[in-house]
Amino acid sequence: MEATAIAPFLPYIFDLLSLAIGLGIPLLLAGPLTWAERRQSAMIQDRVGPNRAPFPLIRSRNITVFGLLHPLADVIKLITKEDTINREVDRFLYNLAPLIAVFPALVTFAIVPFGPDVTILGQTWSLQIARVDAGILFLFAMSSLAVFGTTLAGYASANKFAMLGALRASAQMISYEVTLGLSVIGLIMVFGTLEPNAFVLGQGAYLFGGWIPKWGILVQPLGLIIFMIASIAENKRTPFDLVEGESEIIGYFVEYSGMKFGMFFMAEYIEIVVISGVVTTLFLGGWQIPFLMDGGFVFPWGASFEMAEWLVSLLRFGAFLFKVVFLCWFQLMLRWTLPRFRYDQVMKVGWRMLLPLSLLNVIVTAVVMLY
Amino acid sequence: MLEQWAPAIVFLAIAFSVGFVTLFAARIMAVRAKRPSETKTLTYECGEEPAHQAWIRFHPRYYVIALVFILFDVEAAFLIPWALNVRGLGTFAMVEMFLFVAILLLGWVYALRKGALKWQ
Repeated sequence: MEATAIAPFLPYIFDLLSLAIGLGIPLLLAGPLTWAERRQSAMIQDRVGPNRAPFPLIRSRNITVFGLLHPLADVIKLITKEDTINREVDRFLYNLAPLIAVFPALVTFAIVPFGPDVTILGQTWSLQIARVDAGILFLFAMSSLAVFGTTLAGYASANKFAMLGALRASAQMISYEVTLGLSVIGLIMVFGTLEPNAFVLGQGAYLFGGWIPKWGILVQPLGLIIFMIASIAENKRTPFDLVEGESEIIGYFVEYSGMKFGMFFMAEYIEIVVISGVVTTLFLGGWQIPFLMDGGFVFPWGASFEMAEWLVSLLRFGAFLFKVVFLCWFQLMLRWTLPRFRYDQVMKVGWRMLLPLSLLNVIVTAVVMLY
Repeated sequence: MLEQWAPAIVFLAIAFSVGFVTLFAARIMAVRAKRPSETKTLTYECGEEPAHQAWIRFHPRYYVIALVFILFDVEAAFLIPWALNVRGLGTFAMVEMFLFVAILLLGWVYALRKGALKWQ
């Protein structure tokens, strides 16, 4: 086929490919993450963990591959499970809540650039679903929708435990949302943009005569710590999982069963991936690799190593994936390392420590930048 | 403008339909009891018979948290345009912004002293 014949359709093909990759990364990572979490916790607690689900069709031998098929078995189980609904629920809101829970978690990934721009047949393909100028605003707008999912779920369930859980969850989520927003402002000041890919490009610069990459983690270390804590609190994971602590209040989704419960479960793991993606983009240099320029490695001590353009692009895409998986693993480790906060401690950390700290971060950044 | 946002809007639709299709598949494939028993459709409270309504009255401090939240969320919204142009706006704008933050911090201190952010 001639190259010119498909040229007019190329932008659409690029958009479709970006959509497919952008949808694929969170959805395909979320499943194995549930497995990884269970295996990880088993390792930490000296148990065996899930190792039973065998390959279907092969009856004679029991091939399990470390229980890697458990996520698949979970999905089948959840989908075919009976959906028990109590007779007092608010039907419409009850059915709507799981949908709203998954939606913001997934949609936030639209602004995360997962690779550099690639030029094919003279046209550029940007590896990002939506390159919008107000990317960071879109991120906050969408992630703040998550609170509706939890609140509606708890309210519509017509259950006192669910109601209390939802109240706690919504108070916690809005408390940490303030800090989440304020912790990024220092970073916006440093890079002077709201567009995620521009953040990544800005992090390709170097400090101190080219020795240290200008990544967000180095120019805004406090911002990164606050952002990470706040986003884990937003996701309601340990140490902030008291809204769904099994041993005390169960949570806003007590009344949900089957796939509707599965949706809340799915939303949590998708959000882990999305948080990792956003933190990678803003603080860990996105798809940048230190000293890897467009034409290959150029080290500050003078050595250089030339590479083809497609190899550089592939390496950068790989670097993004590596950072995302690393941060996912980091969040899993956090969950099985730390004990749960008490509710007054959560509020204290949010309002009395993180909020003043994030404001201080803004002020210090402004003073340093101007003088 | 619209062209910039078009992929985002398509992605919104796709994300919504991912959830919708999953729930729809579950609705078709899930097993169902022919006649759900009386106790099965009862509100789940670990076996206890639920007493009274579930929509209980709750403590007003949740409202206060929501109010303080609005205060600081709006502050963040005002800080972003300034943060984009700190270098261009210079010292005067910075001092003004600090004053703005200081006034809001006064409100925060007031809420703190009144015990609105305290949980017993």
